Amino acid sequence: MSGIFAINGGACVAMVGKDCVAIACDLRLGLQALTVSNNFPKIFQYGDVFLGLTGLATDVSTVSDLFRYKVNMYRLREERDIAPRTFANLVSSTLYEKRFGPYFVGPVVAGLDPKTGEPFICGFDSIGCIDFAKDFIVSGTATDQLFGMCESLWEPDMTPDQLFETISQSLLNAVDRDALSGWGAHVYIIEKDKVTKRLLKGRQD
Amino acid sequence: MPGFDFSNYNRNAALCARGMSLPKATSTGTTIVGCIFDGGVVIAADTRATSGPIVADKNCEKLHYISPNIWCAGAGTAADTEFTTALISSQLELHSLSTGRKPRVVTCMTLLKQHLFRYQGHIGAYLVVAGVDPTGTHLFTVHAHGSTDKLPYVTMGSGSLAAMSVFETLWKPSMTRDEAVELCSQAIQSGIFNDLGSGSNVDVAIITADKTTLKRNYVKPNERVPKLRSYVFRRGTTAVLNEKIIRKEDLGNYVSVHELSTAAAEEGGDDKMEVDT
Repeated sequence: MSGIFAINGGACVAMVGKDCVAIACDLRLGLQALTVSNNFPKIFQYGDVFLGLTGLATDVSTVSDLFRYKVNMYRLREERDIAPRTFANLVSSTLYEKRFGPYFVGPVVAGLDPKTGEPFICGFDSIGCIDFAKDFIVSGTATDQLFGMCESLWEPDMTPDQLFETISQSLLNAVDRDALSGWGAHVYIIEKDKVTKRLLKGRQD
Repeated sequence: MPGFDFSNYNRNAALCARGMSLPKATSTGTTIVGCIFDGGVVIAADTRATSGPIVADKNCEKLHYISPNIWCAGAGTAADTEFTTALISSQLELHSLSTGRKPRVVTCMTLLKQHLFRYQGHIGAYLVVAGVDPTGTHLFTVHAHGSTDKLPYVTMGSGSLAAMSVFETLWKPSMTRDEAVELCSQAIQSGIFNDLGSGSNVDVAIITADKTTLKRNYVKPNERVPKLRSYVFRRGTTAVLNEKIIRKEDLGNYVSVHELSTAAAEEGGDDKMEVDT
């Protein structure tokens, strides 16, 4: 009974490769130590932009639906898909609007710039401060473990295959040292004209 | 004025009352400084953002744009410094557009302090405001509760004591531009090495009457040593249960758009709708 962020558990990580990005999450939904579901994905797709949400599960659902609505409205108004950088600023201002009554989520955004094809990832705190990174972003109850894994395993200019192995091993080994995350994982490898979604075999304890 | 949305406030307060601790926001532990020299002003900052004891961002930007001739260094709650400076920057731009005058540093400082005082310190922005305007060179500090100072050299953030010790030993009146830049850089480095909340690189902004120069990563005293060996896993290391590949060209299998001729659309009243399989 400590943090609001740690009630349901969950972890998310995004990484940059050469002309590709990856985003991955675990699948656990818990109520403190009791696991309620082993199929609760935390990554949501809006056009070509991917959003990972960890934290309080009720807010994960609320916020993912809220952004589905906002991105659809953007698409109707602008008659084009939202770019990752634009979406990041939308997330930021939406969260900061609730500065004094925040959603308890730790968002991660990943995608490729639609014009230049440049990889883009960023992370946020629960009140919308953007963390632009050129290597990797971590979020969730396994943050400390993920930081250690990513800091040691990540290297620049990985191919999509290398990136998949690196992000998968980083996530899998991090969540194995976190009691509140795990129970399988989803990994998205995002390339210019292809998205590969994989379900990983993970420990079920 | 910003409209904050308090719709989650009661829920969060109830959660809090049941013994849940509220989450920690990203804060810029931070060393930020400013120093006036003959002909302008220089501000500098470190580039570490922290979340509790974890380094959240190793190279963040703490020097914020207000207007071409006014810049701000921010310490405290990272989101608050970011949005407060952006808000005042916007107000100042509109103000200078409607008055037809260049924005003044005092105006910026007053807008900031009135905004922060209204929120009684709940907006955790601690700022160093610097700039050159038609009335001269100015340097201020603004605290989260709304108090301000006007001094020839200033420091703020958790590394302010380390930085101030450098100013107090090395500062002298009427310095040159290069002397001021070097002094600020030294003060920030004192924060980087002696304060745990500050780290990584030094960012510097030099503002004079005719132009502003932003030197991002002016000094990089903490470069990461390159890895001597590659730790990339062999292909097939990770066990995969299921794989789905979505190609852009395959999207046509799920969604397709057909142009209907108006004649066909009008006469085909009771035709079955075509559905892609």
